[in-house]
Amino acid sequence: MEKNSKLSIITKGFFKENPVFVLVLGTCPTLATTTGVIGAVSMGLAATAVLICSNLVISLLRKLIPDKVRIPCYIVIIAGFVTIVQMLMHAFLPDLYELLGVYLALITVNCIILGRAEMFASKNSPVDSMLDGLGMGIGFTIALFLMATIREVFGAGAFAGIEIPFLKDHTISFLVQSPGGFLVFGLLIAIVTLIMNAQGKKAPELGCAGCPAAAVCNAASGKCPEKEEKKGEAENA
Amino acid sequence: MNRLNISVSPHFHAKATTQSIMLDVIIALLPTTIAGVWIYGYRSLAVIATGVGFAMISEMIFNAVAKKPRTVGDMSAVVTGLLLAISVHSNMPLWQVAVGAIFAIVIVKGVFGGIGQNFANPAITGRLLMAVSFGTMAKAAFPVADTVSKATPLAVLENSKMIVEGGSYILKNWKGEITGQTDLLSLFLGTRGGAIGESCTVALIIGGIYLIARKVITWHTPVSFILTVFVLSLIYTKDFNLALAYTMAGGVFIGAIFMATDYATTPYRPLGKVIFGVCCGVITVIIRFWGNLPEGVSFSILFMNLLTPYIDKWTSKKPFGGEKI
Repeated sequence: MEKNSKLSIITKGFFKENPVFVLVLGTCPTLATTTGVIGAVSMGLAATAVLICSNLVISLLRKLIPDKVRIPCYIVIIAGFVTIVQMLMHAFLPDLYELLGVYLALITVNCIILGRAEMFASKNSPVDSMLDGLGMGIGFTIALFLMATIREVFGAGAFAGIEIPFLKDHTISFLVQSPGGFLVFGLLIAIVTLIMNAQGKKAPELGCAGCPAAAVCNAASGKCPEKEEKKGEAENA
Repeated sequence: MNRLNISVSPHFHAKATTQSIMLDVIIALLPTTIAGVWIYGYRSLAVIATGVGFAMISEMIFNAVAKKPRTVGDMSAVVTGLLLAISVHSNMPLWQVAVGAIFAIVIVKGVFGGIGQNFANPAITGRLLMAVSFGTMAKAAFPVADTVSKATPLAVLENSKMIVEGGSYILKNWKGEITGQTDLLSLFLGTRGGAIGESCTVALIIGGIYLIARKVITWHTPVSFILTVFVLSLIYTKDFNLALAYTMAGGVFIGAIFMATDYATTPYRPLGKVIFGVCCGVITVIIRFWGNLPEGVSFSILFMNLLTPYIDKWTSKKPFGGEKI
């Protein structure tokens, strides 16, 4: 990963390692905020801002933060930036602030941000980490935009609040409800996997490395249960 | 030259094929379909044609796109489309029926691997999609003032209560306004508001008897389902006739006979089938009396579909000398 050019650090987040469709992180805001395009895109941009800043700071502090307490440290840094974004939005974009509601504060526990801190920022230089944050953030925004477009156009007959003539009388309101969110999410993951398979690319094997809970999990069991399970399966086969 | 036929086991074959079984189901559905068309008018024919047509077309297109063998000839798409169409009201906008049929075939059946691989009954799931998406819209768009526009007696108002007044069953909402009226005979013959195929109880029973006689389905699920609904309604209302009315109103019969007996999504052993039927009945009654939905048949069957693998696991028999699965 270190040998890759700066550009590929950004672009890998768009598709190849898309945080939502390939890494399957940040599912909760993905399902919750994609009922409308405006909410989804602003959620994506807010998360991108937090991601870039937190990646930068965590990368700068990566040699200072003791390994044992790194997760609380990351959370404090992320929460700080989320609070800044929240206050700025409350002051300058009150409508959007109302629209996003609790999900804005929940960016703090968004798996993408913690996951990138753990997976990338804690091991790479500040510039690379910022670029990674930008790429992942854009990937997240693209994913949210795609899902929200499908759900709003067919579920509510509108795009970004503007009604579409024919579709507004033929809405499938199931799609803007939560089961429809899961359905669209699953279908988009299937399509992305299909495209990846057609290109002969395999989804990156993540194992415990991408899991923010890996430290706790490993400490508790002394090993990675996921890998053990796979080994067991291989032996059985 | 080749007088000796050498073949691997099994040497005995049942003649039944997917096609013949599906044909039997279609024949069994005919009485209630005809009754529905007769009661609710020719609009229901358009609904049925849309449901069946879109189910078949989407199956053909999906198989072609996914490069799967063509399975539209096995008639299962026809059954799904027909069941879906007769489980909705005859005034349902046709595009909504089409959406339901496409969803049932492509998402519920196709994506999960085609016939026999679906995790839930496609017709039920399609119907629920329509109920969740279009429930209020269908009523608002078609304010017709005859039997057709009336919802299922149960669906008139969530909080309405069925009471007896001079031999007929009157639905009253929480304000005490009368919202619907029916009696046992019209519930039995189906001359009441409701979905196309769910109201004519007698036709559904004929279809069910045909299927049991042809050994397409066994009696376990339908009987245990219907009996459970009846017994629990009796306990709740403490009135024999009212319990009978509750059992015949709504979609208990069509659900129990045609939807809770789908091969792929219901248990395969008799004990499992009985457990399935009883649980369906219990959930239906709970949703009807204590839930905030008027009808619970579809949800109960969908829910039990999801539990079917576990029921199969609990009720599977240990083969002689074998290990318990």
